Amino acid sequence: MALERWFRRKRATKSDDDSGPAGLWLKCDGCGKQIYRKDLIANYHLCPECGHHYRMPALDRVNFLADAGTFVQWSGEIQSQDPLSFVDTESYPSRLKRSQEKQKRPDAIITGAASLGGEPVALAVMDFQFAGGSMGSVVGEEITRAAEQAAAEDRSFITVTASGGARMQEGALSLMQMAKTILALENLAKHRLPFISVLTDPTTGGVTASFSTLGDIIVAEPDALIGFAGQRVIKQTIKQDLPEGFQKAEFLLEKGMLDDVIPRDRLKSRLIQFVRLLRNKEPIHAPAL
Amino acid sequence: MPLPFEQPIDDLQAKIDDMRQFAEDQNIDISQEVTVLEERLVKLKQETFQNITRWQRVQVARAAGRPTALDYIQSMMPNFSELHGDRTLGDDPAIIAGIGRFAGRTVVMIAQQKGRDTKENIHRNFGMAHPSGYRKAMRMFDLADKFSLPVITLIDTSGAYPGIKAEEQGQAWVIAESIRRMGALKVPVLSVVIGEGGSGGALAIGVANRVLILENAIYSVISPESCAAILWRDSAEAEKAAEALKLTAKDLLEFGVVDGVIDEPAGGAHRDPKAMIRKLELVLEQELNTLSTLGSEELLQQRQTRFRNIGYFEDAIQDMQQEEISETDDTAEVEKLAEVVNKKADKAKQKATESKAAG
Ligand SMILES: [Zn+2]
Repeated sequence: MALERWFRRKRATKSDDDSGPAGLWLKCDGCGKQIYRKDLIANYHLCPECGHHYRMPALDRVNFLADAGTFVQWSGEIQSQDPLSFVDTESYPSRLKRSQEKQKRPDAIITGAASLGGEPVALAVMDFQFAGGSMGSVVGEEITRAAEQAAAEDRSFITVTASGGARMQEGALSLMQMAKTILALENLAKHRLPFISVLTDPTTGGVTASFSTLGDIIVAEPDALIGFAGQRVIKQTIKQDLPEGFQKAEFLLEKGMLDDVIPRDRLKSRLIQFVRLLRNKEPIHAPAL
Repeated sequence: MPLPFEQPIDDLQAKIDDMRQFAEDQNIDISQEVTVLEERLVKLKQETFQNITRWQRVQVARAAGRPTALDYIQSMMPNFSELHGDRTLGDDPAIIAGIGRFAGRTVVMIAQQKGRDTKENIHRNFGMAHPSGYRKAMRMFDLADKFSLPVITLIDTSGAYPGIKAEEQGQAWVIAESIRRMGALKVPVLSVVIGEGGSGGALAIGVANRVLILENAIYSVISPESCAAILWRDSAEAEKAAEALKLTAKDLLEFGVVDGVIDEPAGGAHRDPKAMIRKLELVLEQELNTLSTLGSEELLQQRQTRFRNIGYFEDAIQDMQQEEISETDDTAEVEKLAEVVNKKADKAKQKATESKAAG
């Protein structure tokens, strides 16, 4: 067991984060204090003052979880075809192209092999900044392939979701990706390989109602919004206000839908523990970040 | 109430009825004239339905008078035994489940039921199931597997219910679980979209060996209204959204989302429910006979392959393929620290072994 694998760089070298407000300083949504943007990024997108969880860009997430230098990318070889010739106020290819240029990847996901505290895993991390992390044919295929590859290479499978749901621009084909990814995980289950699902802010719709809620262990980050239907839709349907904390990670933990809510600075060490325990190994007391 | 584009059909029908009545009253023979008009009526129906827009097709799929799941079940399975409840949370009337004889064998039937009138609609929650409904469906899957009974599902819902209780009880969780368990069934599974196939709430009972759809039914990732509200920021643009979503039977057959389209009587199922029900019965019997020739492993494999292959993509442009994985800029420092910790760990281990040996 290579212990050094637990250690991570203390500073992020690169950020493609544009989810938060622009500028050098920002006012924390959690504590209201002025925080230096660079400090936020260096602190894994956690407020250095109050620990408020900001959304973590997909690539930062991969670098944060994978042991340094171990990540080997699988995804990125395919891109969407616009089978519906979908046009709303803008054509789908045009929307896609903008996301691809901005995020520098063909679609809303990064998958690959990595070690996590020395444990062999397959990682699938969704990119919310790419078309709201929506799942169409490409995301569905990438997750399916990653699960298949994990089974072939005897790796535990870890998904980190951040998604608005199915991608409307691919119509029912997107819907079918729910079944496709789920059935791929069934195959992984046959190999008795752990599947750990990490739900991050936000995970909703077709991604919540598919592979991400079928983890052997399902955890979420604090304060993450997780649900099936959108809050606006629910409000319109029931014509009343939603309860405090509705669809938040803590709310779902209380309702029995999650195994745990884990702050980001403990996430990696807990994931290592889960994977080791499920594969019948001694847990190791990895240091927090 | 005819749909707006159906008015000419209704007008012609009314004319024929009037003529018949008149002829009867006057005791004259006009059968020749009526035959001509009736032929024209059939042609009008066909032409009208050939040319309707996708949005009009949505209206037909939702039309009042269209046969509902119960209409099919009552005709197909006269001795149907409905089985209630999910044995955990309650009984969800939006999903009907049970067992009965069909085409010489016992089958498990699971169906989404919209109401045929306001009262039933309220009782059935407009066919929008809560988690309890899907739990009931899953209970039926187990029953089917245990007794090697084929499963038939009839899909007709605008979607799983979006409410507070539904979310609290894990709507997303049960849909995912239902998809998983349906996909793992070792028996023949047939699904038919008979009206509206609305998103995950429909797919939850739609993981079949053969997925069929009625000619005027729709199957979509999102309702045209909701899609319009999001992409056009105006639900009134539903017509455009329906067009863009390509949600008709013909579209879905082309994309491989469904395996077959079942023709409806001229003018739509709502014009001749009896004929529609007979037709579906015949198709289901044929399909079931075909699937019954497969063994349980083959059925499982076929179903998994069917869904595995859905999706459209192409090779990505080369320069986007490789992620820029940032190399650590303080690797040396980390390695050093790790070494220290490793040594400490080794020492601790050694100590433990020594003390064990000493004790
Ligand atoms: Zn703060």
